[in-house]
Amino acid sequence: MGRKLLLEYDHVPGIETFDVYRKNGGYRSVEKALKSMSPEQIVEEVQKSGLRGRGGAGFPTGMKWSFLAKPEGVPRYLLCNADESEPGTFKDRYLMERIPHLLIEGMIVSSFALGAKLSFIYIRGEYMWILDILEKAIDEAYANGFLGKNILGSGFDLDLRVMPGGGAYICGEETALIESLEGKRGNPRMKPPFPAVKGLWGCPTVVNNVESIAAVVPIVNDGGDEYAKIGLGKSTGTKLISAGGNLVRPGVYEIEMGITVEEFIYGDDYCRGIANNKKLKACVPGGSSVPILPAHLVTKTATGEDRLMTYESLADGGFASGSMLGSGGFIAFDEDQCIVRNTWNFARFYSHESCGQCSPCREGTGWMEKVLHRLEIGQGTMRDIDLLADINKKIEGNTICPLGDAAAWPVAAAIRHFREEFEWHVTHPEEAQMRNFGLLKNVIVA
Amino acid sequence: MSNTHIDLNKRHSEKPEFSPERMAQVKELMNRLPEGKHKSALIRILHMAEEDFGGWLSIETMDYVAEILNIQPIEVYEVATFYTMFNLDPVGKYVFEVCRTGPCMLVGSDQIIEYIENKLDIKVGQTTSDGMFTLKTAECLGACGYAPMLQCGKKYHEHLTKERVDEIINTYRSGQVPN
Amino acid sequence: MVKVTIDDVQIEVEPGTSILNAARQIGGEVVPPAMCYYSKLPGTGGKCRTCLVEVAQGSEKDPRPMPKLVASCSTPVMDGMVVKNKTSERVHENRGGVVEFLLINHPLDCPICDQAGECHLQDLGYEHGAAGTRYEEERRTFDPIDIGNKIKLHMNRCILCYRCVHIANQLTDKRVHGVLHRGEHAEISTYIENAIDNDFSGNMIDVCPVGALTDKTFRFKSRVWFLKPMEASCECTKCSGKAVVWMFGNEIYRVTARKDKYGEVEDQDGKTGWICNDCRFDKKDVSKWNIEGPRKINRHSVISQGQYLSPRSNAKQITDGNQ
Repeated sequence: MGRKLLLEYDHVPGIETFDVYRKNGGYRSVEKALKSMSPEQIVEEVQKSGLRGRGGAGFPTGMKWSFLAKPEGVPRYLLCNADESEPGTFKDRYLMERIPHLLIEGMIVSSFALGAKLSFIYIRGEYMWILDILEKAIDEAYANGFLGKNILGSGFDLDLRVMPGGGAYICGEETALIESLEGKRGNPRMKPPFPAVKGLWGCPTVVNNVESIAAVVPIVNDGGDEYAKIGLGKSTGTKLISAGGNLVRPGVYEIEMGITVEEFIYGDDYCRGIANNKKLKACVPGGSSVPILPAHLVTKTATGEDRLMTYESLADGGFASGSMLGSGGFIAFDEDQCIVRNTWNFARFYSHESCGQCSPCREGTGWMEKVLHRLEIGQGTMRDIDLLADINKKIEGNTICPLGDAAAWPVAAAIRHFREEFEWHVTHPEEAQMRNFGLLKNVIVA
Repeated sequence: MSNTHIDLNKRHSEKPEFSPERMAQVKELMNRLPEGKHKSALIRILHMAEEDFGGWLSIETMDYVAEILNIQPIEVYEVATFYTMFNLDPVGKYVFEVCRTGPCMLVGSDQIIEYIENKLDIKVGQTTSDGMFTLKTAECLGACGYAPMLQCGKKYHEHLTKERVDEIINTYRSGQVPN
Repeated sequence: MVKVTIDDVQIEVEPGTSILNAARQIGGEVVPPAMCYYSKLPGTGGKCRTCLVEVAQGSEKDPRPMPKLVASCSTPVMDGMVVKNKTSERVHENRGGVVEFLLINHPLDCPICDQAGECHLQDLGYEHGAAGTRYEEERRTFDPIDIGNKIKLHMNRCILCYRCVHIANQLTDKRVHGVLHRGEHAEISTYIENAIDNDFSGNMIDVCPVGALTDKTFRFKSRVWFLKPMEASCECTKCSGKAVVWMFGNEIYRVTARKDKYGEVEDQDGKTGWICNDCRFDKKDVSKWNIEGPRKINRHSVISQGQYLSPRSNAKQITDGNQ
């Protein structure tokens, strides 16, 4: 078992309460930061740590912070992105449910570093019960002087609010999140201007994922250099991986970056292999939007090296033979799973979640979903497979926000690695449907 | 495919009104926001309104929320129709939202949906004749490791099996909330 | 001033100018098409993706090309930027893709659509679209809704440019229509049947790039290309009274604002020349107007050409004829 920085105390009874959390070393980073560090020093530590955004894009957090505009007399905002909605991802939920104070502690230190006096946690509406947990914890933090006016006598004021969404994956995109927080439809904004210059209510804003903000706590406590010692190359620190699909022991794991994918799937400390004594067929290592990998490319790269749980190793080989670490939503498929059906399922998800603002995404995601459905129910043709590949190319890179890419990549990867399975659906329509867990009548709606 | 507009028969007969306690909560939410930024409270107030006024948002409810926030009704309709959690039609007392996205499908959410359909004798999107249950599907609810699952109100019911579904339905029928 | 090169033509523009507006300053073939951007309506743009261009060089300082095509309407120019529009094969291919997306659910009802002949989507389809469709599914349709006795909303034809929402925001603080639902179900609507009632609401028709919003007082009266556009003015207390009246013989069939070659309403007396509903819908009597003379329609559409010319072989000629 590797070192744990975030989930070290997740099984301590009562850790969700202020007292227990505090007894286990909680809020030390706030004391350290407010009493002995300048905001610039904190930003520097975060830069040294090499922490990369844990929401999926992997952009260096310290660099993002350094971009924040600081015009005189204009408020700045820190928003925590707790809209976790990427299929396969449920790590932020685990953290917030179990150790809400860790996120609050991270928010206080990060707000201090960025000069924000009012910060928000934007949480997906479906996690309403976690909103209750967070608000309770925030009340405790206020009562103990860690939030509100003049925190710990430092002169630093901070108010922290939790705001729920209403059911929209797109609000995980930072400008859509801002729109939603302003009480509007979650339509992503055109960039530039970037949120660092014009974000919430037109003011400079930083949006960070839950796990990124929580990671600031150990970085401030132990120093950025110490954090950077864990991991491999540019993948520093620990990462929460949420594992789902056909695994013996799915769940949320905190891993040290750099363990092998093999160990993660089969190791006793982690998922313990594929459920029901079946074989691994494929894997989506970083949330539904990243390319799917066939079994032979999951544990080894195309050049035969061990595949590691790092940003670089999972991307090794580019899209031709690699994938991405993404948000850490690890989905395993056993030998009996149908790739066509799953690809259609993901396409339906992205079509359902498109905001509908820009034409390639609004029209293209729906079109892909329909063509995939046709193939899935045995009414597709060989031409449909090429059509899909082409629609996909016309969406990718041409949309306002990354949802277009997120919708296009899984389809492209499925065709790239499992083309024969698509073709088999065309040549063996009846058999293809029988393989869907025998759920014939559920599938056919045509 | 066609979009449904409001069915004018489906309206609340009386003007909805928050209880004084709820109204205090709403005002508190608004006051916590900076001057002139009250619209930010819209989504949360809509959740409260849905909870208080029958589990769905009628025109009257939405107009009432617009009035509280001093915004145009269309601004509320735009938001309410964008987010999938808001029900724009009347629903049963308990709404089951079964996740159907990839990771849930891999471990049998389709069978769970089919089982509930048969058990309650309704199809997805319908409400039982006694007004107790509405069945809906949902896209990824962030419970992939504990699949299959369904959400009912604030509650996530995870690791579903047919037996577990029976138990959940029976407990709700008896007026209690299952663990 | 910053220097930018678009399709090998160099121009100096104010810092902060968008690539699209820089291209419009050059004019002619280098101008990307725009279905949602409308210079007179702040906040529009970025949505339709027809104005995508290739940035071959980011700037003098950072000459790296931009990896993705960018929306020229909402990307500001940088000093030393090199942009490719007509000269980029990637732009041609991807713009064709965007046009296909816009058309897959758009009804092919041009023969009965009042917008035919001055429709931007029709032009775009002709210039960039393919001859046939690859879309085998049923097209999306919406239940019709009534938004009042002057304006017809035909949602099936809408491409969701949001211009009509932005103009409502600009003209009134009591907007009653907006975009409802999301994704491929998104639609312009009032939700409840609600008349859009504002003295300037008719301008929604003029900003609509397609036939989604049309003039009920002109509906099915005539094809636009049979009418003679005349510049006309009248005494009006609500607007400038400067309009274009569309005549057949001595009769006025419809009234619109005066639009430039990009289909945008021109400025009158220093302000955008939106016209009021009285002038647009109720003044069809010739005696109420002072007819100033024929209006030249500066768009390479069927209303100015009489017929379509093949854009490839006659591109030069089209441009020349309209500058």
